[in-house]
Amino acid sequence: MSGALPVAEGLWTDEAEPRLIGGRHAQTGEIVFPMPGGDAAQHYVPVPLSRTGTLWSWTSQDFRPKSPPYAGPEDFVPFLLGYVELPGEVIVETRIEGAALSDLSLGMPMELVLTEFAPGRTTFAFRPIR
Amino acid sequence: MSMTQVQIIGAGIHPFGRTDGRSGRDQGVFAVREALADAGLEWTDIECAYGGSEAAGNADIMVNELGLTGLPFINVSNGCATGGSALASARNAVASGQCDVALAVGFDKHPRGAFNARPGDWGLPEWYGETGMMLTTQFFALKIQRYMQLHGISRATLGKVAEKAFRNGTLCDHAWRRSPVDLDTILNAPMVNDPLTKYMFCSPAEGAVALIIASEKKARELGADGVRIASIAVRTRPPGSFEVFAPAISVDRGGKPTELASQAAYEAAGIGPEDIDVAQLQDTESGAEIMHMAENGFCKDGEQEMWFAEGRTELNGQLPVNTDGGCLACGEPIGASGLRQVYENTVQLRGRGGARQVPGQPKTAYSHVYGAPGLSAVAILER
Repeated sequence: MSGALPVAEGLWTDEAEPRLIGGRHAQTGEIVFPMPGGDAAQHYVPVPLSRTGTLWSWTSQDFRPKSPPYAGPEDFVPFLLGYVELPGEVIVETRIEGAALSDLSLGMPMELVLTEFAPGRTTFAFRPIR
Repeated sequence: MSMTQVQIIGAGIHPFGRTDGRSGRDQGVFAVREALADAGLEWTDIECAYGGSEAAGNADIMVNELGLTGLPFINVSNGCATGGSALASARNAVASGQCDVALAVGFDKHPRGAFNARPGDWGLPEWYGETGMMLTTQFFALKIQRYMQLHGISRATLGKVAEKAFRNGTLCDHAWRRSPVDLDTILNAPMVNDPLTKYMFCSPAEGAVALIIASEKKARELGADGVRIASIAVRTRPPGSFEVFAPAISVDRGGKPTELASQAAYEAAGIGPEDIDVAQLQDTESGAEIMHMAENGFCKDGEQEMWFAEGRTELNGQLPVNTDGGCLACGEPIGASGLRQVYENTVQLRGRGGARQVPGQPKTAYSHVYGAPGLSAVAILER
């Protein structure tokens, strides 16, 4: 995946085992994802999120989404996505890698990985912890 | 504030589906003329109007066709609650004494295929759309998937929702899908987003609905075949709800806009879910009808499995739901969809449902809209 560019800056940390970057509200302590931009950013402090969590829900994407905004390859391959609950932090929507639909169950442990969703472009995903 | 009782005295609809060569607004004009004829009124009798569409232009231009009477005509643009908001506004105009006869109209005409949302329009980052996670259909699948796991709803029950919708649609002259589809075909159709197959989703469509609202006094003077509006409630999402287009949601799970609107509507009407005789519930897809049965108080989470096994929401059941086939059979022209539910309830309470008429002279009817980015509108009608 060397040379591939992140789909956006500031979504995850630059370290061996990357973590998503959320925002913690300065007053309430509530954690959101992604870290807000624009004027809302002043109320939040960037915070690296847990790289493991549990599966909250899931589905498959069986048809190619419209472009734009979808930037995946023209030659569409169905993919899985879902929500993963990062304990005590936030429940994030994510692509799911390394699993078939029939492997998935509520509450199963998941971990963050990076994946090349389009040639030369990476995004975050979660996969079941083996 | 003392509020006047308000009735629906005229209801008109342009058939839903696809009408090539007729604009969405012209379908709106068609519906208004149907409603006027139904009420025995002329356009000059309408004192104020509220209307809108999501994708088919401004409603107030309809005066070009209907007549330049100088009436105040307010354009409403409120997403999936456009029709519901127009109705609430028209009802409030009459209830407050501002006028005696008001119009609520909604129409639409969407391109074929799934709705295509752009991240910027929703205050979301571009990557969310680029990576293929910004689709309304995914949200509905993710919500029902979790619900099925937690509350024991089967895939067969998802199929039964669609089967019922298409069966009711065969009996309804404003429905788009007029042919029955059997359970096996529904369950084995191509998957869109697991667990929802092609036949379990409604499609964007075209159509229009117009309702004429009048004070009880005016309705009496006209000798109208009226249906009383017991309550209308429109609500947006509370903290911690789970809505369309959410890159993340709070670990502190909260309420739902449907529950808020539902409770407010029951309270204002002074009745409860056990008092409702017929209901139209937002069925953007099969799972939505199931979850909305519970969110609107008609059953507990998980009881839907038994309700469908026993056919309780069929036309002759204990609580008929989506008697005209709902969004699944009628399609979803966003600006008209919520008003279609109220139109259908008006038909049912007047006993004009023909082959799809709910037996036993229903006295109370409930309609419920849900839409992005987390809003709901509920209307309760009484005869």
